[in-house]
Amino acid sequence: MFKLSDSGIEFIKKELERYESKLSAIIPALYRVQKEHGWVSPDAVVFLAEIMDIPESQINEVLKFYTMFNQKPVGKKHVQVCCNLSCAMNGGRELVDHLCKSFNVKPGEVSEDGQVTVTAVECLGSCGTAPMMQVNDAYYENLNHESAVEIIKKLEV
Amino acid sequence: MEAKVLTEHYDKDEYRFLDGYKKHGGYQMLEQAFKMQPKDIVEQVKSAGLRGRGGAGFPTGVKWGFLPDNGEPRYLVCNADEGEPGTFKDRLMMERAPHQLIEGMIISAFATGSHKSYIYIRGEYNYPAEVVKQAIDEAYKAGLLGKNILGSGFDHDMDIYLGAGAYICGEETGLLSSLEGKKGQPKLKPPFPAIKGYLGKPTIVNNVETLAAVIYILRDGVEGYRKFGTEKSAGTKLFSVSGNVVKPGNYEVPLGYPLMDLINNECGGLKPGRKLKAVIPGGSSAPVLTAQECLDATMDYECLAQKGSMLGSGAVIVMDDSNCMVDSLSVLMHFYHHESCGQCTPCREGTGWLNKIVHSIAKGEGRLQDIDLILKVAENMKGRTICALSDAAALPAISFVSKFRDEFEFYVREGRSKVKGVSYAEM
Repeated sequence: MFKLSDSGIEFIKKELERYESKLSAIIPALYRVQKEHGWVSPDAVVFLAEIMDIPESQINEVLKFYTMFNQKPVGKKHVQVCCNLSCAMNGGRELVDHLCKSFNVKPGEVSEDGQVTVTAVECLGSCGTAPMMQVNDAYYENLNHESAVEIIKKLEV
Repeated sequence: MEAKVLTEHYDKDEYRFLDGYKKHGGYQMLEQAFKMQPKDIVEQVKSAGLRGRGGAGFPTGVKWGFLPDNGEPRYLVCNADEGEPGTFKDRLMMERAPHQLIEGMIISAFATGSHKSYIYIRGEYNYPAEVVKQAIDEAYKAGLLGKNILGSGFDHDMDIYLGAGAYICGEETGLLSSLEGKKGQPKLKPPFPAIKGYLGKPTIVNNVETLAAVIYILRDGVEGYRKFGTEKSAGTKLFSVSGNVVKPGNYEVPLGYPLMDLINNECGGLKPGRKLKAVIPGGSSAPVLTAQECLDATMDYECLAQKGSMLGSGAVIVMDDSNCMVDSLSVLMHFYHHESCGQCTPCREGTGWLNKIVHSIAKGEGRLQDIDLILKVAENMKGRTICALSDAAALPAISFVSKFRDEFEFYVREGRSKVKGVSYAEM
């Protein structure tokens, strides 16, 4: 059975009141689920539909449209490396390869110890400080292979 | 030479907070605005020639003038869904000067008679969103937001909303769909958002930089604001420069500034021993310019349009001779295919095919006829869809292939890049 913390439920109830349309609470609710569980499972959608009184189909419509919602489990350190043009020009794609090798994981998959997922993503708005990565919520810029590995290793989650 | 109007105090940490912002003249123009008639502010913005800084370059005052006078509540929405590859100026503005955005928004809201605004920030911008949120809290506490702002009798509430990863939400009707809690698919225009926008109500959607610029139009007056820029491209603009320059970053210069000066003076030029190959002057959707075309290019709406490209969001991607144009186009086509929202067939299918064809060439599996096929598919994607994403994918594809055709032909014939050291990278 899927569960959300009491404060999580309270947060979602407040979000339902916050905007002119209650549907606007779907994105914040999905973020909250992801914050507590790391991803949004089909069970979580059923749970949200129930407490928000919004059809599952409408929640799924939002969940599946936006790339920031994880529809399968990810590592505790979710590493997203920008590979759009300015970053590709400055070694973004090679950085993905290097990180995958360093943490012994394939792109988009979770490392055996459950710690790391490395994904190539589209532009993160950090083009002047390429290559860069986002680990969970934070940006790390002007990276090289060594500094990126070091940052991920040292990060406490 | 840089012309720091919006960014004058961006180097000061205190500028991020209410006290520091006020110390440098912050919120004085809001007080002045309240002494004016809203319609006079709209006229002033029109006369100043301010054009939307997010990409489309539509005259801001004209957009405001489209609002119907039907007594319905009006919304103001700030488009901070900065996603055009190459662009990172709105992020800087929100991180360094959140109160500048808030002040610009309150003035704009007053001018357009709106009592509720949202700042729609892309989901990845967690830190900038946090900075803006704290600034909004500060503004409420200081009576700059809420009821009867500074005793003016004007009420205004402001909130932020985080997106969740979708380039298409930077398109204003896609953004409004997303803000309404739906998938971010654009809507057919007309009706334009000014007539029927957020939840069917009249809505103005403006970019971060556009809203901030309103402050300086009031401060400097129409003539003062027009001191920078050209007749049709007035004022200054932030340019995000990235790629192969020594000092990438955001630079505020007058519109009409020579592109080569921006690259050579502000950005320290190219890396030693490298030659300029191409520049994408206005974000990834803007057709690429050859090095030759760059020589006399100036950074304004007209010049770049004349050259068949556009100023767009002001994202300048500088490419030296180490870049393979086939490889670069494969990166861009992957992006547009990934970001197409899927509702219009020419875009959904077209971006998919462009991506497949360019990648097959980059894998060394291309056929000569594929080069013309790219052009044919792209031509069929132009002007046939609800929003501009389809064109935004087609135009760069056409420009890359027609201006660097020899590289595409070489790749097909030899099965490898014409540029040394470039190999196919799986995305």
